[in-house]
Amino acid sequence: MAPKFEKAKAVEKEHAVVDGVDVSGHWNRMFEQRVIFEYTPELIEKIADIPNAESFANCYQCAKCVAVCPVDVVGNYGPRKLYRYAQTGMDLTEAPELWLCTTCANCLRVCPKEVNMVKIMPAAREQAILDGKFVPAELQQAFENTAKSGNPLGQPQRKRDAWIQSAGVPVPIIKDLGRKVSVLWYVGSYPSYHPRGIDAAAAAARIFNALGIDFAILGKEEKDDADSQRLAGEKGLFEMMTEQNIETFNKYEWDEMVVTGPHELNAFKNVYPKYGFERPVVHYSTFLARYLDQLKPMLKHPVNKKITYHDPCYLGRHNGEYEAPRKLLEAIPGVELVEMQRNRENGYCCGGGGGGMWMDSFTAKHNTTMRLSEKRAMEAASTGANVLAVACPFEVSRFTDAVKSTGNEHVDVLDILELLDRSMRGE
Amino acid sequence: MNIVVAIKHIPSIADDLPVKGNNVDFDSVDFVLNEWDEHSIEQAVLIKESVGGTVTVIGVDLIGELDNALHLALAKGADKVVKITADDPAADSHMQAKWLSEAIKGMGANMVFAGVQASNDLDGQIGPMIAAYLDMPYIGGVSSVEANGDSATVNKEFAGGAGAKYAVSMPFVAGVQSAPKPPRYAPVSKVRQMAQSATVEKVAPSGDADVRERPLRILKMAPPVVTGHAEMIEGSSKEVAAKIVELLKSKGLA
Ligand SMILES: Cc1cc2nc3c(=O)[nH]c(=O)nc-3n(C[C@H](O)[C@H](O)[C@H](O)COP(=O)(O)OP(=O)(O)OC[C@H]3O[C@@H](n4cnc5c(N)ncnc54)[C@H](O)[C@@H]3O)c2cc1C
Ligand code: SF4
Ligand code: SF4
Repeated sequence: MAPKFEKAKAVEKEHAVVDGVDVSGHWNRMFEQRVIFEYTPELIEKIADIPNAESFANCYQCAKCVAVCPVDVVGNYGPRKLYRYAQTGMDLTEAPELWLCTTCANCLRVCPKEVNMVKIMPAAREQAILDGKFVPAELQQAFENTAKSGNPLGQPQRKRDAWIQSAGVPVPIIKDLGRKVSVLWYVGSYPSYHPRGIDAAAAAARIFNALGIDFAILGKEEKDDADSQRLAGEKGLFEMMTEQNIETFNKYEWDEMVVTGPHELNAFKNVYPKYGFERPVVHYSTFLARYLDQLKPMLKHPVNKKITYHDPCYLGRHNGEYEAPRKLLEAIPGVELVEMQRNRENGYCCGGGGGGMWMDSFTAKHNTTMRLSEKRAMEAASTGANVLAVACPFEVSRFTDAVKSTGNEHVDVLDILELLDRSMRGE
Repeated sequence: MNIVVAIKHIPSIADDLPVKGNNVDFDSVDFVLNEWDEHSIEQAVLIKESVGGTVTVIGVDLIGELDNALHLALAKGADKVVKITADDPAADSHMQAKWLSEAIKGMGANMVFAGVQASNDLDGQIGPMIAAYLDMPYIGGVSSVEANGDSATVNKEFAGGAGAKYAVSMPFVAGVQSAPKPPRYAPVSKVRQMAQSATVEKVAPSGDADVRERPLRILKMAPPVVTGHAEMIEGSSKEVAAKIVELLKSKGLA
């Protein structure tokens, strides 16, 4: 990154004599005031002028954010630094730094000035995309896949419900059922298509069946929530998907929607209301925690494991659910739950949020020493746990790779759904 | 600079291809834009951005769904889009080349781009056939085109990483292998805006009578039979490496 503004010339002279005294090289000499014009508000204003990115200008450089930013832990990042880079010549809309933030919201939690990267980043990225600036290739692929196939993996829409076969229990499709259900289960793209995601989806289907829940899924009519694509700057794509999804959701009668993923929860609960959809939506952990009394006697087989739980940013910080996942894990006989150093409100991001899911190679090339998921996998291993439990469909694949690449294969990465299912079935 | 880009809509291979009779079951596949055509659109727009001009994108509408691809082209910087309303999903590249040539004839093109081939038939004939019908020179395997006056500097790729630079006088037809830059992203909001505001010019297919009996006939189509499997070697990385070395030695490769 070449600074746009030239630094002021050095104000120190090589040899300086003041009142007959040679003060060359003296530690505290200063002959002129520092020139303030070497910093410019121009590029800060450029960002703050974008609707929704206004708070970028609020920063007063206290640096509380940098201490908690997960990207800074493996690199050189955080709102304070971005502000400072902008002050010294970086145009954020053109810099690789635009794509590193995962919108994990840990900085927002501590910022005294409410500098909100969760709003700044999508707005600045959208601007960059609309202006035809650079978009990381992998992200572009995920956008195009979502627009074309209805999911970021680029899998055919026709096969969205093919995973049902591996569940071994009935998974009704709401269209075929032709009646009202109490629970509409939105499965999500990764649980529908990704091999490890399918494992969690099948486990959920078995748990819902065992609990006698009156549920159905959308099947081939289900499409991606596109919330991460929105946070990565593709608001137009998000809006297109939102219109289609709301139309599908409202076609059927149901009391409550249960989602497998925290990103879908965030979309349907916090963002869709702006588009006219206001119906009850819960994450599966919150939903199942209501059934703990009924669930406990079914968890017959001990899972004798030391388990640590990773708080997904979009379940925890963004939606305030920290306890339900832990209650579910503690309900499993044999489980010893241990906490990682960074947990709950200060949970460390897996790197998958805000489009990070599709930018691992890009991020790796820009001033980071390792993936965020690898940092977290190491933190999990350092607790002595042999299972890293997750509650977000992005995480199973991310952490499965990360435990391998950091030499921690002895740590199994499992969705809470899979652990509950194992305890129910004894596998 | 007047650039015409011929595009091709082809069955998507994101899913297994369903076969019906001796052809693809066109009713149960999605159609997508041929990947190489994304590069020829990018190349055309890059030239327009550097020397000015207009980009016209034209394709044969095989199943009545070409508009999406055309709106996308507009969002990426094309100025005009045309569809040939054939409504014949089985039309082969020879037929399409004829229809395209008839439609392109009166457009006064300085350059006509086509993808170097399409992944449905790997025929690679549309470009050369358009050139023949329009009586223009053809250059294939193109990896960059720069316009200068009434000729163009064209990079052509050969096997084994070799390449050559040609001066080609206009008008000509180029089969684009890749654009010098990856195809740009068109934000969905722009594509939707185009879908609402832009007009797609319609042209009826013509020139059929000139095409003699189709030289290519599909006799049979069937999914490939799986013959061999990849062998996954289990074990630690050391064990796996040792086994690979052993295998290479046993096959006389190391
Ligand atoms: C980002 C930044 C950069 C700056 N850079 C410069 C600079 O380069 N040069 C310069 O000259 N100035 C600079 N300043 C300004 C300078 O820091 C302030 O003017 C100065 O700190 C003000 O001192 P203060 O004691 O009045 O208030 P503060 O520094 O705000 O201290 C107030 C103190 O009082 C305590 N307090 C508040 N209420 C109570 C209470 N009810 N009871 C007991 N304790 C209380 C607070 O905890 C705090 O410790 C900068 C300020 C900021 C924010
Ligand atoms: S915590 Fe807020 S005010 Fe402090 S440096 Fe970070 S962004 Fe700026
Ligand atoms: S949202 Fe998270 S990743 Fe982004 S700057 Fe803040 S702390 Fe860092």
